[in-house]
Amino acid sequence: MNPFSSGTRLRDMIRSIRACKTAAEERAVVRKECAAIRAAISENDQDYRHRNLAKLMFIHMLGYPTHFGQMECLKLIAASGFPEKRIGYLGLMLLLDERQEVLMLVTNSLKQDLNHSNQYIVGLALCALGNICSAEMARDLAPEVERLLNSRDPNIKKKAALCSIRIIRKVPDLSENFMYPAASLLKEKHHGVLISGVQLCIELCKASKDSLDHIRRNCTDVLVRILKDVSNSSYAPEYDIAGITDPFLHIRVLRILRILGQGDADSSETMNDILAQVATKTESNKNAGNAILYECVETIMGIEATSGLRVLAINILGRFLSNRDNNIRYVALNILMRAISVDTQAVQRHRTTILECVKDTDASIRKRALELVFLLVNDTNAKHLIKELVDYLQVSDPDFKEDLTAKICLIVEKFSQDKLWYLDQMFKVLSLAGNFVKDDVWHALIVAISNAPDLQGYSVRLLYSALQASLEQESLVRVAVWCIGEYGEMLVNNVGFLDSEEPITVTESDAIDLVELALKRHTTDTTTRAMCLVSLLKLSSRFPPTSERVKGIVTQHKGNVELELQQRSIEFASIIQRHTGIKSTLLERMPVLDEASYLSKRAGSTEKTASGDPKSTASGDSKITSSVKVPNGVAKPPTTAAIPNLIDFSIDDAPVPPTSTTASEPPNFMMDLIDINLPSSPPSGGEPAPVINRNIIDDLLSIGTSPVENGLPASSSFPTIAKSTVPETKPAPVSDLLDGLSLSLDSSSSPSREEEHKSITAFQSGNLKITFSFRKQPEKLQATLIHATFTNLSSNAYTNFIFQAAVPKFIQLHLDPASSNTLPANGNGTITQSLTLTNTQHGQKPLAMRIRMSYKVNNEEKLEQGQAENKERKTFSLSIAFSSDSHSVERELFAVASHFLLSSSFELVPRFYKP
Amino acid sequence: MIHFVLLISRQGKVRLTKWYSPYAQKERSKVIRELSGHILIRGPKLCNFVEWRGYKVVYRRYASLYFCMCIDANDNELEVLEIIHHFVEILDRYFGSVCELDLIFNFHKAYYILDEVLIAGELQESSKKNVARLVAAQDSLVEAAKEESNSISNIIAQAAK
Repeated sequence: MNPFSSGTRLRDMIRSIRACKTAAEERAVVRKECAAIRAAISENDQDYRHRNLAKLMFIHMLGYPTHFGQMECLKLIAASGFPEKRIGYLGLMLLLDERQEVLMLVTNSLKQDLNHSNQYIVGLALCALGNICSAEMARDLAPEVERLLNSRDPNIKKKAALCSIRIIRKVPDLSENFMYPAASLLKEKHHGVLISGVQLCIELCKASKDSLDHIRRNCTDVLVRILKDVSNSSYAPEYDIAGITDPFLHIRVLRILRILGQGDADSSETMNDILAQVATKTESNKNAGNAILYECVETIMGIEATSGLRVLAINILGRFLSNRDNNIRYVALNILMRAISVDTQAVQRHRTTILECVKDTDASIRKRALELVFLLVNDTNAKHLIKELVDYLQVSDPDFKEDLTAKICLIVEKFSQDKLWYLDQMFKVLSLAGNFVKDDVWHALIVAISNAPDLQGYSVRLLYSALQASLEQESLVRVAVWCIGEYGEMLVNNVGFLDSEEPITVTESDAIDLVELALKRHTTDTTTRAMCLVSLLKLSSRFPPTSERVKGIVTQHKGNVELELQQRSIEFASIIQRHTGIKSTLLERMPVLDEASYLSKRAGSTEKTASGDPKSTASGDSKITSSVKVPNGVAKPPTTAAIPNLIDFSIDDAPVPPTSTTASEPPNFMMDLIDINLPSSPPSGGEPAPVINRNIIDDLLSIGTSPVENGLPASSSFPTIAKSTVPETKPAPVSDLLDGLSLSLDSSSSPSREEEHKSITAFQSGNLKITFSFRKQPEKLQATLIHATFTNLSSNAYTNFIFQAAVPKFIQLHLDPASSNTLPANGNGTITQSLTLTNTQHGQKPLAMRIRMSYKVNNEEKLEQGQAENKERKTFSLSIAFSSDSHSVERELFAVASHFLLSSSFELVPRFYKP
Repeated sequence: MIHFVLLISRQGKVRLTKWYSPYAQKERSKVIRELSGHILIRGPKLCNFVEWRGYKVVYRRYASLYFCMCIDANDNELEVLEIIHHFVEILDRYFGSVCELDLIFNFHKAYYILDEVLIAGELQESSKKNVARLVAAQDSLVEAAKEESNSISNIIAQAAK
């Protein structure tokens, strides 16, 4: 015999493990035991197999790997004796789960055991099957289980019934096989069989409509009688719990009655009497009785009950709510939640009690109550409830603040018709729990402030005071700093003073002091600091005398280790220093943010339901709103302020027609440019500016088709413009184009070709679609500007999306930053990115490009690559210009603008291209 | 439906786990860690329910042991408390005033009893007596088999002498 395996008994092993004082000791003991067991396994030792498996189970419970013991279970199950089988099945259930392949090997043994003559062995097999069977096993063994439902032994019957539940859960198709045997189980007297029979019926009702109808037709009366019998039965010691006979059976029958009575007046009618009886006669001084009452109330709420019965249920609920036992109060809140759809008035009556529960010491009760309050809020009580909740926010548990804040914000936003009230409540929440306020909430607040011109002064003064009081709350700092930057002069000059306000005196340098303080606080994060810098920059223009001081502060960050801050401070310093002439135009106040489209966009992004009407996503096109959110939450509202303004500057500075200056800029900047350049045109996209029509039309390929159009948040107006003017200018651009495409296009068919090349699908896989639209300048035929649009076709959002491209040596590639690095699911949004290809051998070789997309889905890295090509013509061949002589100022500005947009894709990776 | 049953000691040691829904091995230890964190810190007067990942965990403390069962959000929490108590009473009768040590050294027996109370995450028997009877009958089958093998090995040993 093996010297190891004879070793310790199970008891001794447990003892020695328990004697271990350190984790290391325990590991050593377990390692030794495992070595012995492995040795025994490899020697195929039979005498101690069951003992070894028992040891393994204990080791498994401690969390050590025990996969090597799985086969031992199978061997024990295959043995003939009951003791071996018993331990074998236990090991099977503990060490394996339904997803392991090994489990398939046991199917045959299970089948034999299900047909065994010994009832206990059959019981073991049923138990194992019920606990861990997989869909395949369920299919294979369902006939055996079905047969056992008719067994004479009640213990086998009940086990077979529960086993059938598992089978139906795994393979709902099998449910009709169980319909008749299940109904016949309800005729039994044995409580175990009844309980499992009723449960099986519940499962069948859930699984198929047919079974539901069948059971409703044939079993409702039987079930009512079971309930009547058990509830009227005299003292039965075997089933008695706290003076009630078999509460488990009560509850299960009540539950199935709820399912049967739902939406069915006839069967509801049948059960009215017995429900009334249970509701009135059940004692409520013990948990068991309350459990029955709880189930009974739920059933009354669920079925088509008479109004008298409803009143009864509501009264029980009232009793529950005022109960001192926390468990009872918890379940009361639970039912109220479901009752609210049935009888709102009755629930409203308990509002005060529910509000008290929000302040309970018990986290579970608080959470339930808060959910309920959220459902209870309506126009009339919103202000009162919010006042209570905000007051409570002050003293609540830190753990609870997050939930509470989120709910308060939701309610406040829902009832935000009264702007002043909305702003007041939001400011309170920001100063009390600003660290828990979600980004989209304070984004919405900023949009709201920008849309309320008469409250801007009030807001900025209030925020200033709040910020002065505390710099602890991150999102308060952000909103306040943004407002101070935008509306600094309202703060100092007390513009738009409201009667309710307390007057404050703030000097220009006070405002700068405060922002500086926020900037320098060590806990402030990078985004907030960046916002502080923008705010300071804006203040330098609002208060010209402070310009030097601001420059000083900004300059201190020139050496910051954070790239973001460093870059901003260098750029801002140079704006203050070198471009004073245009500074004020550059730093003008943000145009009013489009509230409607922000809200709809936000709804679209939070609701993630792909079914959303395409119109609503399309309405998010408006340039400014989209800029608020697009770049992955990195570009914050102040940033958006900066982009248009900066571009604005480029136009003022360089009066060259936009065509040439902006050739190398990504189209979305171009669009900003267009909008800002023409103050008369509203900021929403799609409004073509006549001046620039020509140069866009220069390339017909840029004409966007619909996916591009409603997908592009930032530059959608671009294709629109092109399209709208195509008819007038058709002849000229076509010839330009064909010049570039001369390799394979014949000009005679140009009108139809031009349609084909509006935009092409460059790449498409199951998850991702990329469309390219092309643009070219007539004077630089070598260069092609490609506007790429990425659409996510899968149902998961992609993060960290990076597009890379590689080209042969004769082509030069220049990638502009992407509009975002997050790609929403189901094509609910797109990323756009521009690239410029310069073909040095224009006219001799066609363009070709390899592309690679890397992204994360559910934190899993994915990589896709392919050859960008035009479906119609294998490889697209275009030629492109390269604007090498960009104006230096422009380049700098471009850098300023680009870094707001997360310039992750600046570096190009041509290394994987093999010509 | 009960998704899993956990017995955790006051110190966070696992005494029994039974999974009726598939959880991978790693997931299991994560769940146990997470839940012990939620449950063990709760005070004595608070309610016995913890909301967790969209499920509810009903727990009840008996001396140094916490009995926890994870159920769907719309199941009857009070009934599950009753099921826990039902199980504990059966254990108590079987071991004769059960204590944590009984469950440590005879963990397999606790599992056998649990298997007579729950299958597929549903209750199978509301009679404590019936459960006790079934477990006792199976125990005696095992005893009989053991005796038989002992007597056989005795005979062999005798013959070998």
